[in-house]
Amino acid sequence: MADTETFYDVMRKHGITRRSFLKFCSLTAAGLGLGPEFAGRIVHALETKPRTPVIWLHGLECTCCTESFIRSGNPLAGDVVLSMISLDYDDTLMAAAGHQAEELLEQTIEKYDGRYILACEGNPPLNEDGMYCIQAGKPYVEKLRHMADHCKAIIAWGSCASWGCVQAARPNPTRATPIHKVITDKPVVKVPGCPPIAEVMTGVITYMIAFDELPELDRQGRPKMFYSQRLHDKCYRRPHFDAGQFVERFDDEGARKGYCLYKVGCKGPTTYNACSTLEWNGGLSWPVKSGHGCLGCAEDNFWDKGSFYSAVTNFGVMGGAEATADRVGGVIAGAAAIGVAAHAAVSAVKHLSRDKSGEAP
Amino acid sequence: MSIPAPENLAVHHASQPVYVFEAPVRVWHWVHALSVVVLSITGYLIANPLPSIGGEASEHFLMGNLRLVHFIAGYVFTIGFVVRVYWGFVGNRYSREFLYLPVWRGDWWRGLFDEIGYYLFLRKRSKRSLGHNPLAQAAMWLFNFVLGIFMIVSGFALYSEGLGLGSWADALFGWAIPLFGGAQNLRMLHILGMWLFIAFAIIHIYMAVRADIMRRQSSVSAIISGWRTYRD
Ligand code: HEM
Ligand code: SF4
Ligand code: SF4
Repeated sequence: MADTETFYDVMRKHGITRRSFLKFCSLTAAGLGLGPEFAGRIVHALETKPRTPVIWLHGLECTCCTESFIRSGNPLAGDVVLSMISLDYDDTLMAAAGHQAEELLEQTIEKYDGRYILACEGNPPLNEDGMYCIQAGKPYVEKLRHMADHCKAIIAWGSCASWGCVQAARPNPTRATPIHKVITDKPVVKVPGCPPIAEVMTGVITYMIAFDELPELDRQGRPKMFYSQRLHDKCYRRPHFDAGQFVERFDDEGARKGYCLYKVGCKGPTTYNACSTLEWNGGLSWPVKSGHGCLGCAEDNFWDKGSFYSAVTNFGVMGGAEATADRVGGVIAGAAAIGVAAHAAVSAVKHLSRDKSGEAP
Repeated sequence: MSIPAPENLAVHHASQPVYVFEAPVRVWHWVHALSVVVLSITGYLIANPLPSIGGEASEHFLMGNLRLVHFIAGYVFTIGFVVRVYWGFVGNRYSREFLYLPVWRGDWWRGLFDEIGYYLFLRKRSKRSLGHNPLAQAAMWLFNFVLGIFMIVSGFALYSEGLGLGSWADALFGWAIPLFGGAQNLRMLHILGMWLFIAFAIIHIYMAVRADIMRRQSSVSAIISGWRTYRD
């Protein structure tokens, strides 16, 4: 009976050994920053709770989230979670296709109304009635709304679903819109990043299906366990920042010595993500470790903030013009200085040539 | 300090000095000015760091110290601001001019246009005023009260990033980060705020000195002694 099937049953069916299963549970507990006793709770939950289906939709996107996910540094995590979610619907990963696949969606709604998790990769474009992303003959936004109506909670994978990302960059011709602005009546867990780190993705989804609740979210809807700190707060180059030792150019002595990349535009001080702790590709490396600054890919609107290589960055001023705060500010202060000088000159002339009536002006 | 303040210029006998700036206001003015100078210098160097220094990281703490001085000055700025707002409620009538603009008063607007006309050399004689003239009050309100609040809110929101989620600064000011479009935007606006302070300071110092030389009432000496004197 599909309804009472547990995650554990599914994993065993997929040939995952109990030993692997237990390893996965303790790894996930550690990855989530939970104490060792939580491994037992995850085991128990996955063994006893009926499986929560996950529907994975793809809107306007580049599939980098899926690419990241299936390369989870710990192959175990990838396999395990994949075996749990590929069962239902993910048009990139599942075996079914065409009408057969679309039918699966309706079946899930029928069987699990209000109980499945909707994982959204990419976002819906709203211009021209959603014409810019058509799936199964219909605008993607309609599919998204329909599936969201019956789900329990939504995971917004990556910066596309969370913020809009590159397709929403100015002037956003298709009006690509992040999930939380389209679906307002369901809880949305944002997992930003372009792409998000694989272990972050498996961690979030395992937490949600094992504990049957949303992870604790910050003000902007991101799970606190992975997004509560900036890269800068845990960066191994931070001592060089505090000392005042910066890479000035990518080929200078500082670059060779591994100084801080702030002056060549590292966005670590404004980016909330787990790169400096979990790192990428199974803890192999991350951008700063390889000598390049962070682009801020997990932050809202990071495409439109000007150069990736400047510390004082652009921000959109009215009408889409771009300028750095220092340039705008310098012009304002300069104008004030010139105005003052001119005014002083006129004042001096007036003052010296004032009529001799002795009246103060 | 119970020197009665004349209600308006009509009863105010010409050439009789008026006690305008009470001691707390004068102290605040100079503390405020000094902290803005320190905040601007250290802030500018945080955004545009000095050329790198060599050696081992453990031998230096230059950025760390600049940030520390910035944060201490930020506290001084904020505490001074709070005391000044409090004094606006309990101090004399001129001290209240910091808190609001009397936009509902026709004579205030007329005074404002008189002042603008005077500075555009359209009017020969300046009007006399007891506290701030309307133009000065508008500038003070916008560039010190409103901008001051913005710098405090944005500054402590950035500060909360270092203290971490759930810290007091996060609870009180963390909302400003998403409100202004993320940490990076907020930083850029914080920098822009600094430039507005600098622009204000240039104009403010010029006008104050100019007023001392050319207008009918004292200005620089008033913020030192508290007494506004009149030439006629
Ligand atoms: C007139 C008042 C102020 C001025 C002119 C000023 C100026 C600046 C400037 C130019 C920056 C550099 C921004 C960047 O690139 O990161 C900065 C950063 C900062 N300011 Fe202020 N600031 C003022 C008030 C405050 C206050 C009241 C606080 C509260 C503690 C504060 C806290 C901060 C923090 C935490 C940073 C970020 C430092 C870092 O990233 O290392 N500021 N400020
Ligand atoms: S390299 Fe980037 S994240 Fe690391 S300390 Fe420097 S600015 Fe911060
Ligand atoms: S280092 Fe920055 S740009 Fe790179 S993946 Fe992490 S958050 Fe994104």
